[in-house]
Amino acid sequence: MFKGIDFYNVDDLLSSEERLVRNSVREFLEKEIEPLIIDAWHEEKPLDFKEIGKKFGQLGMLGAFIPEEYGCPGANYVTFGIICQEVERVDSALRSFVAVTSGLVMYPIWQYGSEEQKQKYLPKLASGEIIGCYGLTEPNHGSDPGSMEATAKRDGDEWILNGTKTWITEADIADIAIVWARDVDDGKIKGFIVEKGTKGFTQHAITKKGSMRAGGVGELGLVNCRVSEENRLPNAVGLRAPLSCLDQARYGISWGAIGAAMDCFETALNYTKERKQFGAPLASYQLVQEKLVKMLIEITKGQLLCWRLGKLMDEGKATPEQISLAKKNNVRVARYCARTARELLGANGISLDYSPIRHMANIESVYTYEGTDDIHTLILGRAITGIQAFRRELIVK
Amino acid sequence: MNIIVLAKHAPDPESEINVASDGKSVDERGLVFDINDWDRYAIEEAIRIKEEKGGEVVVVGVGSKCEDTLRKCLAMGADRAIKIPVDTSLDAYQTAEVIKEAIKDEKFDLILAGMMSQDLNNAQVGVLLAAMLDLPFATAVSAISSIDDNSLTVARELEGGYNEEVTLPIPCLITVQSGINEPRYVSIMGIKRAKTKEMKEVDVKPTISTLEVEKMYLPPVKKAELIEGDPSEIAEKLIEILKDRGLV
Repeated sequence: MFKGIDFYNVDDLLSSEERLVRNSVREFLEKEIEPLIIDAWHEEKPLDFKEIGKKFGQLGMLGAFIPEEYGCPGANYVTFGIICQEVERVDSALRSFVAVTSGLVMYPIWQYGSEEQKQKYLPKLASGEIIGCYGLTEPNHGSDPGSMEATAKRDGDEWILNGTKTWITEADIADIAIVWARDVDDGKIKGFIVEKGTKGFTQHAITKKGSMRAGGVGELGLVNCRVSEENRLPNAVGLRAPLSCLDQARYGISWGAIGAAMDCFETALNYTKERKQFGAPLASYQLVQEKLVKMLIEITKGQLLCWRLGKLMDEGKATPEQISLAKKNNVRVARYCARTARELLGANGISLDYSPIRHMANIESVYTYEGTDDIHTLILGRAITGIQAFRRELIVK
Repeated sequence: MNIIVLAKHAPDPESEINVASDGKSVDERGLVFDINDWDRYAIEEAIRIKEEKGGEVVVVGVGSKCEDTLRKCLAMGADRAIKIPVDTSLDAYQTAEVIKEAIKDEKFDLILAGMMSQDLNNAQVGVLLAAMLDLPFATAVSAISSIDDNSLTVARELEGGYNEEVTLPIPCLITVQSGINEPRYVSIMGIKRAKTKEMKEVDVKPTISTLEVEKMYLPPVKKAELIEGDPSEIAEKLIEILKDRGLV
């Protein structure tokens, strides 16, 4: 089993239960999931999340931080982070599935849903019996969701939804979608639970991807799609609601990215210790050691960020800006480690027989989704200067 | 049915193994510890019997660092754990002796253990314990075919693909072969439940030492040999090698 990288004894900061969660998730993934990844990625045949989701559910890997009364483990945020780290060590598409299910589908139902909605959907999502997706991004509005074009119009006890959502993880296979749309009457953004098969609701896969090929992503179409008032998230009003969900998923990414980085480092370390050139192992050369050491330093700093952020989440004190910093930093670490590991593996580094090239391609998605690297810079820039730099008046001469 | 399971916190044989600077032990820095693979099957078998017939599963571990493995067994479904915080290391007699002392007040029908440990491969602790407790035992059990209040019928794995069916009176001890079942994974819900289960430390010490390590070393690296020549020469050389090694 993978030993893990723990140069600063970060393990000692975890409880014995948290370490046990990590080991059991790691063991399960190594035996059941890892062997499926290369072919799924190579052939762009997404993993069967209908089956994998049920296994994840049995282990309590979905909605880990949501209370037991809704069929979830009721664990803490550090545990959720550990799960994300382990799954992304295998492949980012697995972490997408876990973070989307937990942070973007279960979290809004738990936080903004009615008691009936919680009872109806959360246990089924936790057990993997149903799969959810999250419809926020639109073809014309990625980083700027506040300008969304999807509309909701109240009509008696129903709402009529219109719009298109794209780059939606698991869009094509989802049984339910959390869809965000602007109420044409009060101009506020509202959230709806749209079930598969609802008239006017279509789900399509996007293919020919160069990243996240072991997972599914797609498009949701809403054409005069009618959902009942019962399916509206009653406590979600305004853009803050969907953004708060992103905080959950971004937190998961900050742990997950370090998982991918750890796998790249481990692969490069083992490879350079074994592979000989000019009569000596690659790891004996200063140029190679420098690269390995830089990876180790970045990973170690990232691990400490994750742990501290996890504690802040558990205390209910984490700010969106702190989450941004961890997401931005740790995805950069993963991007750097994946590329450096790929480089250290030489020609073999471009083969899918080794993980770095796959992580390297996956991380491009992670770098961009859930707030691009640049958007997190602007969030942090606003936090320290007090001046927002997202939006400005364009003066055309 | 009350069952005691022996579970060892053992290093994964696929970890990075180096001899320590004293030349008599293994450097633990490169080792990844987990429940001994055979014991994983033993605990699973015990939990399945309990789920079917009721009773209690008590898991016993030896070693100052065995807590993670005991907690894992509790998370899988064992009811309570006994930790014996003494490092008996390579001495199987000592391990069996401290277990015997630690469970002397326990009422049990069956003791289950893995056939051997993945690090030392001695396959001695189970049978030594059976002898110390004067219990009937069976080793390398590949299936439990029936259990009633008075006896247990099991299949033992023999050499050459043969099996032997034996019936033992209860109480007894069996050591199980890997593959007897498919062990469950530990769930986060199970880990949470395990938090409240009892883990008792029993401080007992071995009375004698039966083993002294003189030297620990890594086996010499075997090298591949490239046989050269025309096909008939290669064939001749190959036959010679196979005969030399008693392979044909």
